[in-house]
Amino acid sequence: MSGFNPKILGFLCNWCCYAAADAAGVARYQYPPNLRTIRVMCTGRIDPTFILRGFAEGAAGIFTGG
Amino acid sequence: MTDEYNEGLSITRPIHIDYPQAVPATYYIDPSACLYLQHETCQICVPVCQSKAIDFSQKAVEKEYAIGAVIMSPGFGKISEDTLAQYGYGKHPDVVTSLEFERMSNASGPFEGQVTCSDNSHPRRLAFIQCVGSRDLGCDNGYCSSVCCMYAIKEAMVAKEHDPECDVTIFYMDIRTQGKDFDKARTRAEEQYGVKFVRAKVADVMPWGKDLKLTYATMDNTHRFETFDMVVLSVGLESPKDAGTLAEIGGFGLNKYDFAQTETFAPLQTSRAGVLVAGAFQGPKDIPESATQSSAAASLAAGFMREQRNAATITKEYPQEQEVTAEDEVRIGVFVCHCGINISSTVDVEKVAKYAGTMENVAYYSETLYACSQDAQEVIKEKIKEHKLNRLVMSACSPRTHEPLFQETLKDAGLNRSLFEMVNIRDHCSWVHAQEPEEATAKSMDLVRMGVAKARHITPLPEYTVPVTSGALIVGAGVAGMTAALNLANQGFDCHLIERQAKPGGNLAHIKTTIWGDDPAILLQDLTAQVKKNKRISLHTNTELATTSGFIGNFSSVLATKAGKKNSEKIIDHGVIILATGGKEHRTKNFMLGEAKKVVTQLDLEAKLAGKGTKSAPDSVVMIQCAGSRGDDLGYCSKVCCNQAVKNALKIKEINPKSQVIVLYRDMRTYGYAEDAYRQARLQGVIFIPYEVADKPKVHKEGKSVVVSFFDPILQEKVTLNPEMVVLSVGVVPEGTEALSKLLKAPLTADDFYLEAHVKLRPVELSVDGVYVCGLAHSPKPLEETIVQAQAAAGKAAIPLAKGSVTVAPIVSIIDKEKCIGCGICEAICPFKAIKMVKMDKKKKAETIAASCKCCGICSSRCPTFAIDMGGFTQDQIFAQIAAFGAIEEDKK
Repeated sequence: MSGFNPKILGFLCNWCCYAAADAAGVARYQYPPNLRTIRVMCTGRIDPTFILRGFAEGAAGIFTGG
Repeated sequence: MTDEYNEGLSITRPIHIDYPQAVPATYYIDPSACLYLQHETCQICVPVCQSKAIDFSQKAVEKEYAIGAVIMSPGFGKISEDTLAQYGYGKHPDVVTSLEFERMSNASGPFEGQVTCSDNSHPRRLAFIQCVGSRDLGCDNGYCSSVCCMYAIKEAMVAKEHDPECDVTIFYMDIRTQGKDFDKARTRAEEQYGVKFVRAKVADVMPWGKDLKLTYATMDNTHRFETFDMVVLSVGLESPKDAGTLAEIGGFGLNKYDFAQTETFAPLQTSRAGVLVAGAFQGPKDIPESATQSSAAASLAAGFMREQRNAATITKEYPQEQEVTAEDEVRIGVFVCHCGINISSTVDVEKVAKYAGTMENVAYYSETLYACSQDAQEVIKEKIKEHKLNRLVMSACSPRTHEPLFQETLKDAGLNRSLFEMVNIRDHCSWVHAQEPEEATAKSMDLVRMGVAKARHITPLPEYTVPVTSGALIVGAGVAGMTAALNLANQGFDCHLIERQAKPGGNLAHIKTTIWGDDPAILLQDLTAQVKKNKRISLHTNTELATTSGFIGNFSSVLATKAGKKNSEKIIDHGVIILATGGKEHRTKNFMLGEAKKVVTQLDLEAKLAGKGTKSAPDSVVMIQCAGSRGDDLGYCSKVCCNQAVKNALKIKEINPKSQVIVLYRDMRTYGYAEDAYRQARLQGVIFIPYEVADKPKVHKEGKSVVVSFFDPILQEKVTLNPEMVVLSVGVVPEGTEALSKLLKAPLTADDFYLEAHVKLRPVELSVDGVYVCGLAHSPKPLEETIVQAQAAAGKAAIPLAKGSVTVAPIVSIIDKEKCIGCGICEAICPFKAIKMVKMDKKKKAETIAASCKCCGICSSRCPTFAIDMGGFTQDQIFAQIAAFGAIEEDKK
């Protein structure tokens, strides 16, 4: 699927998923560069409108990590 | 040079950082490998260091300090290679130590997590041999190292995760996973990962063609052989090799195993007053125990030096904060960090910086080699002044590690610390897309654009500093509660110590002796007298905690006291809470307990042996371990029962040497120095017979006698006994945790013990700020561990009390009172009790309690009228980030 290059918007919880993304960096795990992230203090912060707006702005997928 | 941190498995340079998490994470020169320090040549590092950080003219200097206490925490040493050689270590390359295996299997280790045998293949059959250098008089280490079973299980699971086809066997004598929830790991290893556990002592490891042949004897006395392609030796913890020198310098005594000598009732006090010990040097122990001991040692040291508290405190002064209002022009400064080559080797930093310069409101942009370096902070401050910047976007590493540093710089520059946004182009970009530099650069540009978009909407947030009401409330006046109260009082803080019973003491009154032979009655008398005498401690007996409200530094509690038929209530204000509610013996319904008189618990037996019948003990006793714990009634190991059984067995033998004492057990968990007592019991003729969980011993009544039947694995047949007494090791259950957990919103484990905020790093704090835990309410543990934990809890609780105020991150929820309709949803769903409903003009309105708010934002996303926003993560800011995300396509190239 070489032509497939989706834009993904991610909402990352500061305490777990953002920390995990940091840890992935420290461990030099390689993953595809399609994700753009927004840090929140908890996924509880994510208002449904954030997700709808993300799609409206052209996100192919929304990732929430918490 | 060989890399010592990686157990010599790789090489490193003379200038290095030992490991990524080293504190401080600063490169240092190893003098033994430095050409200049050894041969006065080279010095290449001096001119190439761009920060000019290398200065060979520095000399070691001796300094003298006046100090009030010393804490010895040198850790542990390594088991000698002679001991390892008995298992083929050094003779065969595929016999490795557990520490080597740890580095091999670590993703950031020298092999990047690829465990390989000497022939470069991955091991298909892997064996762990337990008790190498522990429980072994051959190497003078008679003690159990306490941690090896648990780490072997972890390593076995890691091996299985890497290669599920790999066959992993652990050869053990007893699996000692006695810590809180450790048994669950063992079960997981066995059931989920398929790790094999074989109870056998390995006699020999020898090369067998390409493989290694293990010779071992199992319980049924048969000798077996099995081949493996890698053998991991679970090495124990030995005293540090310079323990003797340290003891001489410090003037304190060592025990027979060369660890620091301490007493049961003062576990961290060495033989010299003012010299304390913490960690594995006090005896082999794991991370949670070590972290607990460190807090405890610090609290004792603080007690010694209470008069000097704040004597050498330096208060930092900041310039007057510049006012930034919504009307002011937004002037953003963007710094893009190279992080040496960590970012710039992948990401085109210049391109990212220039791109930032094209964005609206960006008044200044720049690249920087190390944004976190001291000189860079000065540059940032200058540029803020020079370009009148009022927002800062730092594209560098993680805000989780570096945000506080840059926020401090902002404060130094006279800006509110919230006027800051961090973009992580290292951990989330250059490091994880190392093979795709163009994509990584594009991603960095997008992230910077989103960061700048957010920065346009950032406003200054007020700092909250909440004063702390001095004084603590300690719930439960057992040994934990009393120890914590005395420790706090000794540090100079007042406390209310409440006890439900008429007398303080709790379980301590039931313990007649310790496994080391100490008399707990002396401790109980001593603690009670001190507590009653101490002017800083108010002891309330017959008292329960009725309600508690408030937050860290500002709690208010109602104490309900029963006095005869009258009940009285008293309101107290306090800054912190220590929960020491204890536990009690679990009364199992199995094994005829309560039905047959001859069936008693270990505590019953202890009372009998210490009572009037001291001169007599039964002629035949069968003890049944785990009669309640580890599956039957309780899902966990109660940690204390094996020691209790050994202690009582020895006492019986002391009183009545002819008595036949049989202990039926699953794993004897006499960890640490208690192994000595276990060995002693065997020497005295106490018979220990293991049983399988699938075939538990059975107890039934036959007339007046009680019959115990079990399978003897040595005789390989069923045995029936008719002992004078059957003693059950029934385990420990927590008391009253459920009600208090609801009152304080403090979470519990599945087994109803309090759940600490972090098992390893914050072992005595709960996730609710200002609430601490110690003793049996945390998990079952022996007396000395309870004492240390109580000291640790007091140490942690003293921090806010000593500071006198708590500072709150300003990113708390902000409630628009106009929009709030007072529905109360936010109050109900807030996991931290951080929202309360107040009356305003006869209408209910929500209000944030800043000190309790953890900034999670659940209230904000659930508010039906959008009345709640989160400081630092406002709706406007996140919408702006999302919109900037959407701008990706139009901006591209």
